[in-house]
Amino acid sequence: MSAIIRIEHLTRIFDVSKPWLNRLIERAPRALLTAVSDVSFEIEENSVYALVGESGSGKSTIGKIIVGLVPPSQGSVLIEGVDLATESDAAKIDAVRADIQMIFQDPYASLNPRWRVRDIIAEPVAARGGATTGLAEKLLEQVGLSAADAGKYPHEFSGGQRQRICIARALASGPKIIVCDEPTSALDVSVQSQVLNLMSDLREELGLTYLFISHDLTVVHHMADRIGVLYLGRLVEEAPRDTLFADPKHPYTQMLFDAAPRMDAFGREVDPPKGEIPDAINPPSGCAFHPRCPLAIDRCSRERPEMRRLGDTRVACHLAE
Amino acid sequence: MADTSSDIRPTRLRRAWNSDIAWSFRHAPVAMVSTLVVVVLILGAVLAPLVAPHDPFNPATLNLMNGFTPPGVANQFTGDFFVLGTDDQGRDVFSTILYGMRISLFVGFSAVLLAMVLGVTLGLLAGYAGGWTETIIMRIADVQLTFPAILVAMLIFGIAKGITPPEYRDQMAIWVLILAIGLSDWVQFARVVRGATLVEKNKEYVQAARLIGRTPFAIMLRHILPNVLNPVLVIATISLALAIIAEATLSFLGVGAPPTKPSLGTLIRIGQEFMFSGEWWILFFPAATLLALALSINLLGDWLRDALNPRLR
Amino acid sequence: MTATPVLSVRNLVVEIPTRHGVLRPVDAVSYDIHAGEILGVVGESGAGKSMTGNAVIGLLDPPARIVSGQILLSGQPVHTLRGDALRRLRGKRMGMIFQDPLTSLNPLLTVGDQLTETILEHLDVSPSEARKRAIAALEEVGIPAARDRIDSYPHEFSGGMRQRVVIALALCAEPDLVIADEPTTALDVSVQAQIIALLKRLCRDRGVAVMLVTHDMGVIAEAADRVAVMYAGRLAELGPVREVLTDAHHPYTAGLMASTPLASQGHRRLRQIPGAMPRLGNLPPGCAFSPRCDHVQDRCRHDPSPTLDTCDGRAACWFPLRSQKDNTPEHDQEAEA
Repeated sequence: MSAIIRIEHLTRIFDVSKPWLNRLIERAPRALLTAVSDVSFEIEENSVYALVGESGSGKSTIGKIIVGLVPPSQGSVLIEGVDLATESDAAKIDAVRADIQMIFQDPYASLNPRWRVRDIIAEPVAARGGATTGLAEKLLEQVGLSAADAGKYPHEFSGGQRQRICIARALASGPKIIVCDEPTSALDVSVQSQVLNLMSDLREELGLTYLFISHDLTVVHHMADRIGVLYLGRLVEEAPRDTLFADPKHPYTQMLFDAAPRMDAFGREVDPPKGEIPDAINPPSGCAFHPRCPLAIDRCSRERPEMRRLGDTRVACHLAE
Repeated sequence: MADTSSDIRPTRLRRAWNSDIAWSFRHAPVAMVSTLVVVVLILGAVLAPLVAPHDPFNPATLNLMNGFTPPGVANQFTGDFFVLGTDDQGRDVFSTILYGMRISLFVGFSAVLLAMVLGVTLGLLAGYAGGWTETIIMRIADVQLTFPAILVAMLIFGIAKGITPPEYRDQMAIWVLILAIGLSDWVQFARVVRGATLVEKNKEYVQAARLIGRTPFAIMLRHILPNVLNPVLVIATISLALAIIAEATLSFLGVGAPPTKPSLGTLIRIGQEFMFSGEWWILFFPAATLLALALSINLLGDWLRDALNPRLR
Repeated sequence: MTATPVLSVRNLVVEIPTRHGVLRPVDAVSYDIHAGEILGVVGESGAGKSMTGNAVIGLLDPPARIVSGQILLSGQPVHTLRGDALRRLRGKRMGMIFQDPLTSLNPLLTVGDQLTETILEHLDVSPSEARKRAIAALEEVGIPAARDRIDSYPHEFSGGMRQRVVIALALCAEPDLVIADEPTTALDVSVQAQIIALLKRLCRDRGVAVMLVTHDMGVIAEAADRVAVMYAGRLAELGPVREVLTDAHHPYTAGLMASTPLASQGHRRLRQIPGAMPRLGNLPPGCAFSPRCDHVQDRCRHDPSPTLDTCDGRAACWFPLRSQKDNTPEHDQEAEA
């Protein structure tokens, strides 16, 4: 299998400064938020790669950079060998655009409330001037809704049904890759399982590749083949699913696994993790996790750890072995 | 929350009748009365040539002897009867009001349309494009807000009057009025649309359209515009009342509709000359009509705002 | 347990009149919470779990109203209280923790002001004593350097710290009952673990009864002593948390557990409950879960589901699933089928 997406040294910095007049008056410095910092990984064709992390980890930003909604500050994203940010051949860009689609978190905000479902689903094709007759109806049936739903408006559907419509829209252009940004975290448990099953079925039928972005470890464990753990914009650990869950190497991954509520841990008395996620505008020096890390040594506060390969795992920690 | 789960698809009319907005309307007596008043007044204005008992601007039908006939009383010289009395030149006040409303409403509607098109376009552009485009548009708006709207209108009116040849002035007056009021009123449309656009453009359906490869123009027009129209509708209604009043104010100040084509404001200006000599009706009835029109439209706008606000439902 | 429960809800019915008819977001709900106990109330959105909490603390938004049933606080009826009496009771004997810590604090007052104000309102102490207690309350919820931070404004705290302040605020008047409505939903996993541990400790140390409303089964499993599962405004199942989660009697609870991706299941297909919870205005006749239930029988489609008082006391179901010795929920399902 070959990598369909290759991400190299990806960095994204957002300028979150106040307007220049305020900065002038308050003598406040320019505030730069590093949302993604030097992240590299590859996604194999026809696999599910999951990015997990807490808020501010940069997982959604990476997803948006990959689909081209946000340009990278440094580094590159190669999709089927094409870099959307630098490619000049319009035909190649268009081909890649059709190959990569996205499913969003909020099924209520991701469908235009004034459009009929038929037009929503067919838009990716219609925007390219393709033939859309019967397309929406076919896709609706493929995602488990009925063809008669095409004439309705989004508000006539429940959250789970809306997410199915979003999936149908993502499939319209016949993509190879779908970036799923927290696709089920707005859904109730019983509906979440329907959507996850649908996504698994579609992957098998259509040979799709998923980049699955989530904060929910149980969902990630269920869906992913390979998992990358992000902390404060940095990739701290990456491993095949079973390896990662059986033997997490990075102290942050271990902390995350311990802190996650478990369905079978009745009345568990955990020693909760210490501290909170630091401010991404002024991240800690060296390893970003060192102020909270139980194992931290001097070197951790001075030197940012490089990604190292340990068996199947890649980990960014001085001490992991 | 409309019940949409039933499989029977009711007819379009039935659905409209059952929609939330229609339901809210049927349960708001103020809105119903306001609508009635507005509809009657607009019909009266539109159909003025048919319903007006006299043609007040045809000198051939005027009889100076009919001047200052009080309302509801026969004229002491000619025996003619006028429901709302006559003015100094013997024109029937009721008829002048009907014709005056035509001018007032035409100016009001056109000015609001102009302000709306201008404001919505600039607001959408500012909200969606951001950056320098936004800064420039919104600073112009801010500067304009520091002048009273009526002052801006008078300024535009003055410039226009300076550059039009005197023989066209009366014909141009109406269009200049529309331009003056429209240009002084776009700011609130722009502000509201910009705010709503800022909210909508971060919603995921807009991101989905962007990643499909839609052009910014298509996204603004087809995705964002339909979703920011609710507040625009509310402002347009309230602006209509304000525009009619602004027109009346300008005309009252003598810079608006000419006496040959009087609007409600011109009628009020003419009427106030006779207020202290006992001929109160010449002022009172045009003023009362203006009040009823503006108040009803305003009340309608208030209701619309509440009805369209999902949080108040 | 023979002691009078801190909170006793009996046949509570909440109704909302709308133009489409009267909705019942809470329908014949009964449960008790004892001192030092955490009752988890779990359900999907629209199941009525938050509405139950709001009804207890007297914060129902009109036109929602209690139409029948009783709410007893240590044996005293509180559902009949109005105005001042209710307000006094709300701060003094019941505390509330909301989902969003930012909007539940007044941004214009320091946290110290808000704490001392609450303490002075409900306890008979001097202002200096109130401030001492406020500092103690902040220390108790784990805010470092509480003495220095008491004069900070809410926006100067991080999300997790803010939720700690909210908890301090709910507990500073020493209430008997705390209602926590999705207290950790807005927080990250690591902070959520801290808040859950804090809630458990305070509940145990002070003997406070806690009603923990959440949609997260994992949080329930770790924090609650007993769990009430709600579906479409009714209690579906009520019992000790371990028994309900590992050996569900109600088909809905069983389906809910089976559709949660458990870490042990791996890539297996998830079991799914077909359809979605019906809207309140459009409930099916008979048991509200019957259209989605794979154990449905004729009676379920006609007779409204029994209340807990009238059946075995665990599951409000005409045909509750029989107990299985095996403890894994998915096994339970397959054996049943």
